[in-house]
Amino acid sequence: MNPHSSAKTLYQKIWDQHVVHPKGENPEGLPTILYIDRHLIHEVTSPQAFQGLRDRQLPLRHPEKIIATMDHSIPTIGKQPDGSLKFTDPQAEAQVNALSKNCQEFGITLHDLTSDYQGIIHVIAPELGAIHPGMTVVCGDSHTSTHGAFGALAHGIGTSEVEHVFATQCLLQNPSKSMEIRIDGKLASGVTAKDIILAVIAKIGVGGGTGYVFEYTGSAIQNMSMEGRMTVCNMSIEGGARAGLIAPDDITFAYLKDKPFSPKGAEWDKAVSFWKTLKTDPNAVYDKTIVLKAEEIEPMVTYGTNPGMAVGISQCIPPTNSDSELAEALNYMQLSPDTPIANTPIDVVFIGSCTNSRMEDLRIAAKLAKGHHVAENMRALVVPGSQEVKKQAEAEGLSQIFIDAGFEWREPGCSMCIAMNGDQLEPGQACASTSNRNFKGRQGQGGRTFLVSPPMAAAAAIKGYLTDIRYWNQN
Amino acid sequence: MPQPFMTFTSRCVPLNEENIDTDQIIPARFLKGTSRTGLRKNLFNDRRYQDDGTPNPAFVLNNPKYAGQILLSGDNFGCGSSREHAPWALTDYGFRAIIASSFADIFKNNALKNNLLPVALKPNEVKALFKAVEANPALEITIDLADQQVLTPQGTLMFDIDPFRKQCLLKGKDDIGYTLGHLNEIEAYEQTHQSTPVSLSLKSQ
Ligand code: SF4
Repeated sequence: MNPHSSAKTLYQKIWDQHVVHPKGENPEGLPTILYIDRHLIHEVTSPQAFQGLRDRQLPLRHPEKIIATMDHSIPTIGKQPDGSLKFTDPQAEAQVNALSKNCQEFGITLHDLTSDYQGIIHVIAPELGAIHPGMTVVCGDSHTSTHGAFGALAHGIGTSEVEHVFATQCLLQNPSKSMEIRIDGKLASGVTAKDIILAVIAKIGVGGGTGYVFEYTGSAIQNMSMEGRMTVCNMSIEGGARAGLIAPDDITFAYLKDKPFSPKGAEWDKAVSFWKTLKTDPNAVYDKTIVLKAEEIEPMVTYGTNPGMAVGISQCIPPTNSDSELAEALNYMQLSPDTPIANTPIDVVFIGSCTNSRMEDLRIAAKLAKGHHVAENMRALVVPGSQEVKKQAEAEGLSQIFIDAGFEWREPGCSMCIAMNGDQLEPGQACASTSNRNFKGRQGQGGRTFLVSPPMAAAAAIKGYLTDIRYWNQN
Repeated sequence: MPQPFMTFTSRCVPLNEENIDTDQIIPARFLKGTSRTGLRKNLFNDRRYQDDGTPNPAFVLNNPKYAGQILLSGDNFGCGSSREHAPWALTDYGFRAIIASSFADIFKNNALKNNLLPVALKPNEVKALFKAVEANPALEITIDLADQQVLTPQGTLMFDIDPFRKQCLLKGKDDIGYTLGHLNEIEAYEQTHQSTPVSLSLKSQ
């Protein structure tokens, strides 16, 4: 970035608007005290932060800026006949109870399991209209990058930082570099936002974005729905970026209109005119730009044990040459180099997670599932991202389509994305998953994860193996 | 309050792989606790133990040849989930520094806040260290934060660290005290920037 130019990137604009200290020159290289507008919390990464606050005898500065829910370790199988929930272990239950207790003690509204808004934190915050363009947003969760879809600077933080934001409503940060990721053109039928982001990560590698904030631009992004944009920004972290951003536009404003926490009346008009200024100036310079052509992107699938190990469904798994990391990954995945990834047998399908559990994802998966049945011995789960998604999907009849096709229809939560709540793979099982991480054991010890889009996952459930969705209608 | 970070000398444990993610460092099913301690037994759990719970002899932490307070690893160490349980587990086990050719962003931040020093050396330097440690597991190296040096028998290697972070570590200071020292400016900022409160407006609906 050129400090002498007055033209700014979107990232620089949001950054500058949130600097508390030091303003202007910073000869000592001090970290910036950056003001935080929204703080999202959940049961797993908050208890130690609340305890830290207590130990220091500090108040929580702005409980009213916090959105809290329980999502990671809660059961998604619904209530027992006696009305209780069946937790996998007492520790998970204790953690969830600790969140309730902490929220009560510190005056935070909690969207617990009785709330109409409970769900995966990154699904409910946008649904509530709590994320506005130009905001700074943090959460003790790396997929906070999701909210960059609104043109908000949103990133994951650790628990010490959660405590820091509790105490100060600020975060200490050093500026990142900026990387433009431009995707021009029109996606082929059957290719989704998930495939775009998997293609980006395959291109730059899982560490390729370290030190950067991404800004996604280009006609393929501009024509994308908010839900698709959230999917793209969600996985920015898998490319190593601190955050991902998309400039807000009419699609953003239409999504936010009339949401519970969106500005109303004259406030709305004022907000929209401000939001319209949130875009990269024409002369601003990114530190780096990479370009992908939408037409060239295929339905993607991962073959390895990090999200960068991905190929198009018509491609072969690459040769290992002397890459021992790849050889080890293929060994774990029980795959052979130089063989096609299509037709790989699948035991479990998981449609869910903060990447792909919104209405658009469920609609496209249901469209494929309709009139079919999952393959023999296939276990297939659909876990909606929130109570609101669940209700809407039930109203549209999607849940019935899934149930008729042999899928399990679950309560909202993280579920098999992180395998903390008992929803998990058995050792050796292969799972086509719409989640975001294929690390060893992520979905259960010894489980093998193939990251795909919702239609690719639905197709795999029906066929029993990975298949190219683009030829679905010809089968 | 953290303890000041002192110069120390130790042997190294070589984990010669790239992209060590935080799911490997501490699998999610061990994140159900509500305290920062007691995580050492599950550090690298699924790699350290076999299915029957016995130690996996192929994993470096179980190799009796190696020990020490320094973990040596490859590129992009700590990628993936933001769980601070990863540095908590590493320090609980006894590690005080990680030497790698690069670190994932959030992990690096989390480590610095927990007195665990992430030392990024050049890829060829890390490679040479792996070789030296594998050839001589008793090899000791010294990490000197004040001078930003790693002292090895082969020579002295320099590393970068954010000057503010360095001072915090050397003095055992933490961020919250620093930021609260700027409370006036935070309040001034809040006077001029009002954002919609979320919980209050939901309650009033
Ligand atoms: S769905 Fe998965 S990635 Fe998203 S917040 Fe939950 S555990 Fe994290």
